[in-house]
Amino acid sequence: MVLLAALAGIPLVANDYWLNAVLIPFLIMSLTALGLNLLMGYAGQASLGSGGFMSVGAYATYNLLLRLPELPLPVSLLLGGIISGLVGVVAGLPSLRIKGFYLVASTLATQFLLEWLFNQYGWFSNYSTSSSISAPRLAFLGHDLSSPAGRYLLTLATVVVVTAVAARLVRSQTGRTWMAIRDMDTAASVIGIPVSAGKLKAFFVSSLVIGIAGALWAFAYLGTVDARSFNLDRSFQVMFAIIIGGMGSVRGNFLGAAFMIFVPILLDHLGGGVFGGAVDPGQLENFQKALFGALIVWFLIKEPRGLAALLSRAWTRLASRINR
Amino acid sequence: MSLWKQKRIMSKAVGLAALALSAAVGTSASAEEAKTQYFPLATFRVGAYASSGIPVWAGEIDYFRYINEVEGGINGIKLVWDECETNWEVEKGVECYERVKAGKNGSPVPIFLPHGDPISKALTEKSVADKIPLVTIAYGRTEAIDGRVFPYSFPVVFSFWSEASSAVNFIAEKVGGKDKLKGLKIATVYHDSPYGKETQVPLAHLAKTYGFEDIQIPVPHPGNEQSAQWAKIRQLKPDWVFLRGWGVMTPVAIKTAAKVGFPVDHIIGGIWSGSEEDVRPAGAVGKGYLAVTPFPAGANFEIHQKLKKYILDKGLSDLKDPKSFGSVYYNSGVDEAIVAVEAIRTAQAHFGVRPINGEEAQWGLEHLDLSEKRLAEIGATGLQQPLKLSAKDHEGGGAGKVLQWDGEKWNVVSNGWVKSDRDLLLPLIYERAAAYAREKGITPRDATN
Repeated sequence: MVLLAALAGIPLVANDYWLNAVLIPFLIMSLTALGLNLLMGYAGQASLGSGGFMSVGAYATYNLLLRLPELPLPVSLLLGGIISGLVGVVAGLPSLRIKGFYLVASTLATQFLLEWLFNQYGWFSNYSTSSSISAPRLAFLGHDLSSPAGRYLLTLATVVVVTAVAARLVRSQTGRTWMAIRDMDTAASVIGIPVSAGKLKAFFVSSLVIGIAGALWAFAYLGTVDARSFNLDRSFQVMFAIIIGGMGSVRGNFLGAAFMIFVPILLDHLGGGVFGGAVDPGQLENFQKALFGALIVWFLIKEPRGLAALLSRAWTRLASRINR
Repeated sequence: MSLWKQKRIMSKAVGLAALALSAAVGTSASAEEAKTQYFPLATFRVGAYASSGIPVWAGEIDYFRYINEVEGGINGIKLVWDECETNWEVEKGVECYERVKAGKNGSPVPIFLPHGDPISKALTEKSVADKIPLVTIAYGRTEAIDGRVFPYSFPVVFSFWSEASSAVNFIAEKVGGKDKLKGLKIATVYHDSPYGKETQVPLAHLAKTYGFEDIQIPVPHPGNEQSAQWAKIRQLKPDWVFLRGWGVMTPVAIKTAAKVGFPVDHIIGGIWSGSEEDVRPAGAVGKGYLAVTPFPAGANFEIHQKLKKYILDKGLSDLKDPKSFGSVYYNSGVDEAIVAVEAIRTAQAHFGVRPINGEEAQWGLEHLDLSEKRLAEIGATGLQQPLKLSAKDHEGGGAGKVLQWDGEKWNVVSNGWVKSDRDLLLPLIYERAAAYAREKGITPRDATN
């Protein structure tokens, strides 16, 4: 509770840079990673469609805010997420017949189809010249949420609620079903676990969470987006975040997202501070990229199960040393 | 593990990163002399588009250095700049903007150049809240020409709509008048992205007005395979092709056109299909290719003589490859720097000779008047078109020159600047801006102030 208050109190001390460029994208990336982790880490269904589902959430929420302005913001967000979840169920149908790399290929098709769809049909973006969408006024209960602090609190509240629900869900019957499917789906179906329903449910919940994250990405973070903001690179970024953070772990999402968002920025600041002016800026940039890649490799060698496992191992070691 | 515990661990990680980050920020600040004008540059020296970016910064930085070294700054106020790498990605662009927007060592940010169409769109509203004008030459949101709705967005010089109209007017110049456009077939081969689709509305309107047939053919990103599109061209037999590409799409289009036998001198490239970097990879078949641009290539403008004498020959240039001196992208950097410097100068004339902040620079931009006379003083006659901005008109120029590739370099083949039909298109642009204002609940500013 104290910590929640501290997180909510951040806008009082942090400046716009921290909110807009670091914390908001970190929180949203964590949420997206959580969505994919439910599907991939818990239910074992690999997907490269995260970017596509983010765009469904963003475009659906945009249209709800635009065409049904009387709906309160959280309802529009949730409905946008539900629409994305339903699209996720359709995209998940192939998972009933295929798995592994074949499923990855079919979700890849979903990703490209969705990106094409929003670029192609003007209706989704209200016939804007550049088929980009931008947030109508963000307000809830009469409070204007368009300031950096307002957008941060909106993001934080959403992430906390969704994470709480997801954390309960993975410990419920549903979560156990998913893990049974992940570990061995034949055995799961033999002992009477509804495999097909479980898979589709995983696609629904995962896409719902990713859809909400997509809407936040569009409106609370960037302000204006087009379908390209949710391209395949985004899907890969989310997948890397959960691989680095730890599959099948809720806090791994936050660790992975932190790694993906903070480390490049940190390297950039360090590079600028240490070598600024002395080294060619282009070379410096390339060096940072290489270093980031090397760090990923190093972490995965140290702990293939991700930062979450690394952290809990360190924690156990520390605890045992204290107890001794 | 309980949620509370997870939060605690997460916040620890955040705290650690925060500590490290703030330490890094702290070291990067060094004492600068007082009374300097900060001018942050968002660059993309790595990533997919780096080859087109690198000469742009060279042109920009060379002109800034010229202003500092030879003219002693803008009325004595020297420019200082630092770079922030965006990779041409929106998220990095937003991060850069947030990093620099507060200014440096007490010197405010007068103007931000987003250098990337999606970045400029993401910053549209943030820049209004922060009162920092975004100058987007030859890209950005076309509706932002209406400064009453978009007070801090400046798509100056040449919008995509003007680009399309100039290309059509050049065709008219070639066929002997606008009345001869009737019955012609003009096919637009475009990058299938928001940027590529920007010219559909103005071209449809122009087609209706002048009676030519408007054919639109999309090329999916990145455009390295275009047989289907050009087969369609062969079948439809258009008189002219307007090519709106980006990156690898342009050279592939030129090569594929040659394969299907479409005459290269009837292909007019758009702004971002009209640089040396676009046409050189196409090889010999690119000879005769046309392009409409607000940045005419060439190293013989007066300002180039000065840049060569004071910057390049003294080894002060940012240019790695001296061959790029006077290229389209280098000149675009010079152009952009001229507009920025002159806007700051205009603001100084009104607010006093000192570092200018964003709000003052916005006034400076809206009162910018780059007349023929002023351009001659700068040495940019022929390089930059006369430009007069106002609250109602954030574009100002709206003309382009058409260049032709002779296998080695670009030559201007149009009759000077080809004006676009701004009178015809502005009402449509204002309509779109008004629709945007309604959607966002913005009350347009009074244009008289």
